[in-house]
Amino acid sequence: MARYIGKRLIYMFITLALIATFTFFLMKILPGSPIASADKLSPEQRAVVEARYGLDQPLPVQYFDYMFGLLQGDLGISINQFKGANVTDVILSRMGPSAQIGFQGMLLGTVLGILFGMVAALRQNTWVDYGSTIVAIIGISIPSFVFASMLQYWLGLKWDLFPVALWKDGFMSSVLPSIALAMFPLATAARFIRTEMIEVLGSDYITLAKAKGASGSEIAFKHAFRNALIPLITVLGPMAVSILTGSLVVEQIFAIPGIGEQFVKSIMVNDFSIIMGTTIFFSVFLIVVILVVDILYGVIDPRIRLSGGKS
Amino acid sequence: MEKILQVKDLELSFHTFGGEVKAIRGVNFDLYKGETLAIVGESGSGKSVTTKSIMRLLPEATSEFKNGEILFGGRDLTKLSDKEMQKIRGKDISMIFQDPMTSLNPTMPIGRQITEPILKHQKISKDEAKKVAIDLLRLVGMPKPELRMKQYPHQFSGGQRQRIVIAIALACNPQILIADEPTTALDVTIQAQILELMKDLQKKIDTSIIFITHDLGVVANVADRVAVMYGGKIVEIGTVDEIFYNPQHPYTWGLLSSMPSMDAEDAKLYAIPGTPPDLLDPPKGDAFALRSEYAMKIDMEQPPPFFKVSDTHMAATWLLHPEAPAVEPPEMVIERMKKFPGSRYYEGSAN
Repeated sequence: MARYIGKRLIYMFITLALIATFTFFLMKILPGSPIASADKLSPEQRAVVEARYGLDQPLPVQYFDYMFGLLQGDLGISINQFKGANVTDVILSRMGPSAQIGFQGMLLGTVLGILFGMVAALRQNTWVDYGSTIVAIIGISIPSFVFASMLQYWLGLKWDLFPVALWKDGFMSSVLPSIALAMFPLATAARFIRTEMIEVLGSDYITLAKAKGASGSEIAFKHAFRNALIPLITVLGPMAVSILTGSLVVEQIFAIPGIGEQFVKSIMVNDFSIIMGTTIFFSVFLIVVILVVDILYGVIDPRIRLSGGKS
Repeated sequence: MEKILQVKDLELSFHTFGGEVKAIRGVNFDLYKGETLAIVGESGSGKSVTTKSIMRLLPEATSEFKNGEILFGGRDLTKLSDKEMQKIRGKDISMIFQDPMTSLNPTMPIGRQITEPILKHQKISKDEAKKVAIDLLRLVGMPKPELRMKQYPHQFSGGQRQRIVIAIALACNPQILIADEPTTALDVTIQAQILELMKDLQKKIDTSIIFITHDLGVVANVADRVAVMYGGKIVEIGTVDEIFYNPQHPYTWGLLSSMPSMDAEDAKLYAIPGTPPDLLDPPKGDAFALRSEYAMKIDMEQPPPFFKVSDTHMAATWLLHPEAPAVEPPEMVIERMKKFPGSRYYEGSAN
């Protein structure tokens, strides 16, 4: 197991280096400059500013400088968005709200989704099943920003249950964005669990469990549930992606000072080091999620246990 | 002998999109204490459905008892509630399934799968249940049972898994063990081992076995009595010798003829012509008539009743009617009948 994780860490490192390289050159190709009102500066002034951030160096030198810094954990300093602040500090200071709504959204989505899927499978072809299917279709086909606006309008403005936007009331502020983010994981989990539960409930070992005298709930929870979970883990990765991309939009809509909101702004003002830093941060997050997913597989399904099985 | 289970006039239908499928159309048999009754027949003859209906393992939404009763311990199993059935399943009646590769839960250690029915039906602690499970594993011939309790099904071979399934079935010393083609999915050498094991265990715990199979070789090996099923009915029932050496129903003749034989000169295998009847719209008379070269006019019109051949042997064919013309069974069946005292072709002791 330790060896496997070690191997995976090396791969992760290579993946990250590739992503960093790719993003770096992609940004350099794009038109535009991080220096605000660059047109108004005289060539001399411009040269001074560029020299300060190392932008006067030839591209390969800039690249190796950046990668070398990255190796030491230095993501550089913000050029214009946060005026010279350390990028790592910027990201860390912004992480709190993002992590909170992301985690809450994911938790709410998967737990409710599993519940919906289970109930739908156990009450197959009843109105409960159809209802849960409709919820799943809505959750998958309607984008999170539509939900976000609807939540703001109904729950926020009309019924005045939660703050419409901003990050001022602690947990209460996080409720609506979390719900908006939860819709996709909820719908995905519900669909997967329903399909898988129905298949598992028809399998031979469920009949054997019945033949042992197990009751309906024992069969559903002791025998079927764990086996139905396996394919859900596969979509945990894509779900995490949906939380990330969702957060870009949702944080904008709810005016939450999170990473997503800051990322979008940094792109608009061409702040190279912030864009790079955030991209790398998101990449690390996703790669770690994928590793966790692979390890979870083994925890839930003994057939895929990584250390060869014969413990 | 004590009757432990009585199936009387059992009729069961499935409701499908195509209509009502009459899967069981009046099945009668008794199971005696300590015996092995084999139910044979081709796919779709209703043998699995009959046993699954005894266990009430058929989907409730689509299956329906139309008539008859299944008497066990003075109670009619067709009328019991789900709760009451749960107390019987795995305790008094238990079951072994066809495919050991899929009948164990892949994400549960086998120890827990064995202790589950024990904890469910007996008032003992988890530790005691574990000891019972280890003893069971030893009983079914699993080496190092203590170490293997924590392992998962994928860490066992097919034969070992079937041994585990047998251990689960025997966990509460059931009065009836239903084995639904327990050796079909196993290779021949393992088949023999599993059959030996089942015979041994039957002696040890004195259970009655209903053994479903389409393999007549297996039947000859394990059964005391045989019921031949066709088109949702039992067409012939008798002791294993009576069925093998004095068969009366043309379908049984066909079954026996299509058994591969070691000493047959020409290697061509006999196959019964035609296909099984459509139970959505079962034939009026003898379900086998359309495929039988011995069919008479009455076979098309009226289902044959059971005719008694001996105290233990009955067959449902009009050929046994006193007014029916005498027909010659196939060559191969006559050869068999020559060895059976009491049959009309008996030629004295053959062995």
